Amino acid sequence: MFGRLTDPTAGVLFALQNEPIVLFTVLILLGVTALVLAVLTFFGLWKTFWCNWITTVDHKRIGIMYVILALIMLIRGFADAIMMRVHQAMALGSEHAGYLSPDHYNQIFTAHGTIMIFFMATPFLFGFFNYVIPLQLGARDVAFPFLNNLGFWITCAGALLINISLGLGNFARVGWLAYPPLSELTGSPDTGVDYYLWSLQLSGIATTMGAINFIATIIKMRAPGMSMMKMPIFCWTALVTNILILAIYPVLAATFLLLASDRYLGMHFFTNDGSGNPMVYVNYIWMFGHPEVYVLILPAFGILSEVIPTFSSKRLFGYTSMVWATIVILILSFLVWVHHFFTMGGGVTVNTFFSVATMIIAVPTGVKIFNWLFTMYKGRIRFDLPMLWCLGMMFTFVGGGLAGVMLSLPAADWQFHNSLFLVAHFHHTIIGGVVFGYLAGFVYWFPKAFGLKLNRVLGLISFFGWFFGFYLSFFPLYILGLMGASRRLQYYMEPSWQPLFIVAMIGAFVIAIGILCMALQVLIVIWYGVKYKGNLPVQKNDPWGDTRTLEWSISSPPPAYNFANIPQVKTRDAYWNMKEEGYVRQTKNFTKIHMPSNTSAGFWTGMLSLVVGFGLVWHIWWLVIISFISAILVIILYSFFGDNSGYYLSAEYVQKTEDHFSACLESEGIRL
Amino acid sequence: MNAPGHDDSIKIFGFWLYILQDLFLFATLFANIAVFSSSYDAGPIAKDLISLPFVMVETFVLLFSSISYGFSVIQMHRNSLFGTRIWMAVTFLLGLLFILMELYEFNHLLNEGATPQVSAYWSAFFILIGTHGIHVTSGLIWMICMFVHLSWRGLCAENKMRLTCLSLFWHFLDIIWIGVFTVVYLFGAL
Ligand code: HEM
Ligand SMILES: [Cu+2]
Repeated sequence: MFGRLTDPTAGVLFALQNEPIVLFTVLILLGVTALVLAVLTFFGLWKTFWCNWITTVDHKRIGIMYVILALIMLIRGFADAIMMRVHQAMALGSEHAGYLSPDHYNQIFTAHGTIMIFFMATPFLFGFFNYVIPLQLGARDVAFPFLNNLGFWITCAGALLINISLGLGNFARVGWLAYPPLSELTGSPDTGVDYYLWSLQLSGIATTMGAINFIATIIKMRAPGMSMMKMPIFCWTALVTNILILAIYPVLAATFLLLASDRYLGMHFFTNDGSGNPMVYVNYIWMFGHPEVYVLILPAFGILSEVIPTFSSKRLFGYTSMVWATIVILILSFLVWVHHFFTMGGGVTVNTFFSVATMIIAVPTGVKIFNWLFTMYKGRIRFDLPMLWCLGMMFTFVGGGLAGVMLSLPAADWQFHNSLFLVAHFHHTIIGGVVFGYLAGFVYWFPKAFGLKLNRVLGLISFFGWFFGFYLSFFPLYILGLMGASRRLQYYMEPSWQPLFIVAMIGAFVIAIGILCMALQVLIVIWYGVKYKGNLPVQKNDPWGDTRTLEWSISSPPPAYNFANIPQVKTRDAYWNMKEEGYVRQTKNFTKIHMPSNTSAGFWTGMLSLVVGFGLVWHIWWLVIISFISAILVIILYSFFGDNSGYYLSAEYVQKTEDHFSACLESEGIRL
Repeated sequence: MNAPGHDDSIKIFGFWLYILQDLFLFATLFANIAVFSSSYDAGPIAKDLISLPFVMVETFVLLFSSISYGFSVIQMHRNSLFGTRIWMAVTFLLGLLFILMELYEFNHLLNEGATPQVSAYWSAFFILIGTHGIHVTSGLIWMICMFVHLSWRGLCAENKMRLTCLSLFWHFLDIIWIGVFTVVYLFGAL
């Protein structure tokens, strides 16, 4: 009846009973959830929450929800990281040395990697896509608003499922890409790998939906006059990213389908018996995995290409070369996957091919770095927070990339493979590139979304915390890797390693200061929001000054319909051009605007897909069948009874909203 | 003035993108069966079990269903609700026949001991053809929904857009099946 939940060998409550840390965390999480629910009930916010957020199809709100999800998952992933750092600083001598058991430690590094990539970085990315792309394109919404809402809730379902594994059953101990045969039934008979498979499958489905949505938006919904080569670079990188997603996420879905068939149906793709072959999995997963790292980094490149011109008060150097560099990366990123396992023994020809391709991919990336440098050259550089993050990103990412070129030599890689040198390399690029780039975008677009900037002093501490914390915590790992420390070590026997692990731990705490200050920055803004009871006052459009793209031409926060009039674009940097030509903002004679209607279908489908995932993990087949059919039914019913025709915002409403904005501009003495 | 993009053409474009991602899904499964094309372990061999004439008939059933769907779309462009429905009913029946034949063949293979559990080859076989079959089945369910949509609102713009997407889907599955027929059955039986 209740599948594996009633199976004593599955260890449903094992972690809660035996690992005080887990029990503690779960209690805190339950406490926080109860608190949030209580606050919502106490202040009577359920209706607003339901109407304005859960059922919303507004790309701006969905974008904000994605970023909130990403930040929460960042904290979850970072908690895992700091636990590992503290453990490794103590784990000299035997497996009992640290405070984490081997089994628990293995779950932690798997959860950390999986959550950071799939539930922190990817939602963050979609937060930006959602918020920024339509505004930069001069569009009123994304192509498929309902699909957008649905995708968000399926992502949420995945995130919830992976976090349920904290309390019920256990999580995988197989590393973030779950290599077989360890991830097969023989190696991992309990629920861990199943949680992994189904939560990522959900996240993958949602990501693919998002990609379809944004490609269609970018190709079809640009403002009149905005040809492809007049599009902001961020949209270009977003387009290429989404094409990558469209190509690789199906590969991931198929790979997980095959692994799941092995585990659930007794098939033999990656098993050692039945003529299966585990290395086939490793090839598939990296055919997904390598392009995936470009999925993460390309939008960061896009963000830098927006922020650096703004704070250098110059136009982006080498727009065309930037576009081509992005497209070349798109192509090359499919040709390098074997560099993740040169040690497979593919032979000289194979390894040489992939080695050379890997080295070549550094070239377009270098082009981008030089373009940013030349943009800054002779510019009037202002060191606002977004610019600091960008400078930190450029400085750090180059180093990580160079370490990557070192790894691309097969002969050397046989030494570096699976060592902490590798761990240092990919954190160098991921933290130095992806995280710093995204945080640059976060502080850059934050005033657009909420009308006020994040606190600067806290921001400085946060930046330097992350920056120096990163170097402190990961440079020791390069050295440790060269000394022979392999990754995923629960304990080690070599006393000379310990000081370096301790330094790395201190680094993680310095990063923690950075994260804490970020949290404080956000808390201040939440307080500000509470003061205004959620109705944030309209602020001026261009808080940074010298901005260049269309999103800065409308009020902050933007009205629900974004643009009262769809702008006519003549050049690149459309808003900059408008300013130069002395564009006068229209203040009268607005017309009614068509809007899509909210719907709860996405939410229900998302929650039902969570139930499907849960049922699959615990082998509760009747639940799987019922919830799967219901999920399909919700979509079908939506196609019949959903309000597909939308509604109109009246001209008076638009007039009133625009008047607010005019009043704000007047009080600041700004024309336009 | 209305923003660009909110018409049905963008939905059809979006559906093309969906098909593209489905193509990558099937590409992976094709690569998979190619990788495991001789991984029989100790189990039965495809050549001994595949009956080409049967699969040939199956293939033609699906091909004809594509043609009849084409007729349905022609009728839709002529604004003939009756014709659209009739040809879609024919398509539905042919699709159903295809699925039943596939199930019959699966049953036959399982009885002969070629189960997905015996070897990597048969695992890959059942996954590829099963995935295609599930797609066809969802196409059939979609057709049922379309019958209801049509009797509610007739050939309105939205239903036309839906019919066009379904037609893309159906022809796409046909093309995939040609691939299956060639790679799995022809190469397998030779
Ligand atoms: C914020 C500071 C971070 C710290 C202190 C940190 C620390 C660590 C540690 C200690 C490990 C285990 C290394 C080992 O195998 O011995 C690890 C693994 C990993 N981290 Fe991080 N990490 C951080 C941020 C991130 C971010 C932002 C991402 C991705 C977006 C990320 C992705 C990964 C991945 C994919 C693994 C590999 C997991 C595996 O072995 O399967 N990390 N990290
Ligand atoms: Cu790679």
